[in-house]
Amino acid sequence: MIKNGTRLQSQVCDTQVIVVRSADSLDDLRAGGVPMVPVGAEAAAGVTIDPEFSGGTVMGKRYIDDTGAEVLVTRAGNGSLSVGSTPLAVKEAKPLPASD
Amino acid sequence: MLEMASSADPDRTAVVSDGLRLTVAELSDLADGGAGIIAASGAYHVAYVGTGGAMLPLLLFASARAAVPLTPLNYRLSADGLRTLIGRLPEPLVIVDDEYRDMIGDAGKQVLSSADFLHAARGAEPSAEFADPEAVAVVLFTSGTTSAPKAVELNHNNLTSYITGTVEFGSADPSDAALICVPPYHIAGVSAALSNLYAGRKMVYLTNFDPHAWVKLVGDEGVTSATVVPTMLDRIVAVLEDSPADGPTLPTLRTLAYGGSKVAAPLVRKALSLLPEVGFVNAYGLTETSSTIAVLTPDDHRAALASGDPAVARRLGSVGQPVPSIEVQIRAEDGTVLGAGEVGELFVRGEQVSGRYAEIGSVLDEDGWFATKDVAYLDEEGYLYIGGRSDDTIIRGGENIAPAEIEEVLVEHPHVHDCAVVGADDPEWGQIIVAVVVPTSGAAPDVEDLRSHVRRHLRGSRTPDKVIFRDELPTNATGKVLRRDLVTELNSIKEHA
Repeated sequence: MIKNGTRLQSQVCDTQVIVVRSADSLDDLRAGGVPMVPVGAEAAAGVTIDPEFSGGTVMGKRYIDDTGAEVLVTRAGNGSLSVGSTPLAVKEAKPLPASD
Repeated sequence: MLEMASSADPDRTAVVSDGLRLTVAELSDLADGGAGIIAASGAYHVAYVGTGGAMLPLLLFASARAAVPLTPLNYRLSADGLRTLIGRLPEPLVIVDDEYRDMIGDAGKQVLSSADFLHAARGAEPSAEFADPEAVAVVLFTSGTTSAPKAVELNHNNLTSYITGTVEFGSADPSDAALICVPPYHIAGVSAALSNLYAGRKMVYLTNFDPHAWVKLVGDEGVTSATVVPTMLDRIVAVLEDSPADGPTLPTLRTLAYGGSKVAAPLVRKALSLLPEVGFVNAYGLTETSSTIAVLTPDDHRAALASGDPAVARRLGSVGQPVPSIEVQIRAEDGTVLGAGEVGELFVRGEQVSGRYAEIGSVLDEDGWFATKDVAYLDEEGYLYIGGRSDDTIIRGGENIAPAEIEEVLVEHPHVHDCAVVGADDPEWGQIIVAVVVPTSGAAPDVEDLRSHVRRHLRGSRTPDKVIFRDELPTNATGKVLRRDLVTELNSIKEHA
């Protein structure tokens, strides 16, 4: 299982994420329909964004699946996030008042 | 995090501190250069001795980018105290404000003044490593009011989990500004620098707290949120009460958070009535939990104040509900998990909980729970009530008594401004209950009147055996009452008597 705090990047867009809460599902985390790779890794040759997964990611938003996995988008991109072919959902958090 | 903030809005003001103003991009560039200096020093640790301000966010991010842990130290300690703590850190680079330079001597591996560090950071070769999420990011010494200071280790994952779990990225309005007056060596100082930057809120620093300067800064910088410890709230309320009707107001302030230690209910009610437009937030947390784990929101405050239902009205004295990323349990001494209304020890679990100390290791149990050593209970709706430290429990004639229970009643007496209840050694009872009372200005409280006030509200065994008066209570800089000092003093008086 991927460690919490791991940083991953898309091979087909600018999206970067950090793993907030890991789960086995994240082993097949994809952006733009293509598996994400560790930040700094080379993109595989010839991969392109899947139009089915081109909705884009939003900077600073947390995305979740239904197994409890959670990632934070640290750089936005044109691809959207999925586990396999199941899209991740934006986590809607109840805003807390500023306490610091 | 700084990278995210910098890419979102590089040109917004990030920090205002004693005439220094930095945009997010400037802070980021300085952190890069600062990381270069730290990396070049070869130090395994950075220690900071000073009053904070812009230096705190700068050193937090510079150390993180150099993948070296940071320890802000309490600049109010004695020279000996400071050198002892520095000696417990592994070959640290010590960065020190000029006014404390002499206290450091040759402690640490290398000493650099804050001004020199800032100057050098502007021109240094940048360094930006990405630290292992499980590597230690910040080490804070506990205040040591009950025992020798312990070195709490917070890793990058603890701190970022706290921030991402409680703050929405870029959620602040462009005009939002937070006034930060908690000291840099306190967990609230660390979390304030991280959460406000992440939310996109300008950080305005007041390095030496003064209630008049605080009120003025709110006006000058259009401050919209602030966090204070109880003693600060008490002094701000006094300034507001003393000022004429056309005197200073806090027109821009929307939320005022208080925490750090227990705030007496009468003070909260007075502050609420003086500032009806402000949303009050009670934040409860520990160093070991990377700051806040429960929050009493502005709506909770208003509901409690307006409610005729005693269960709801009581919540003004609670610390609210746990934040979403934290689980809580109340356990009996034998480990049984207790239900609503039952008093026991508070246990917490979550990614932001470190529970790990240098020189000691992790104290989490095998399922990841951390024992807070706070006496607590939950009500039916999950609101958390804190009854003080279990170390402070008074054992009188075999009966366990939580001082907080008596203090909450005593402080409601009109002649009592503040109080602390402690146990003093006694040959007959083991310990007796001593109430140390600070009278309201101009009042001359009667001992028997105070004792019968407590007797009317609590069981007879809770009545203070003794009541003594003081002009003020001994507290540390973050408003924690130094109970051990009171107990030591009381016990030594008796020996001489």
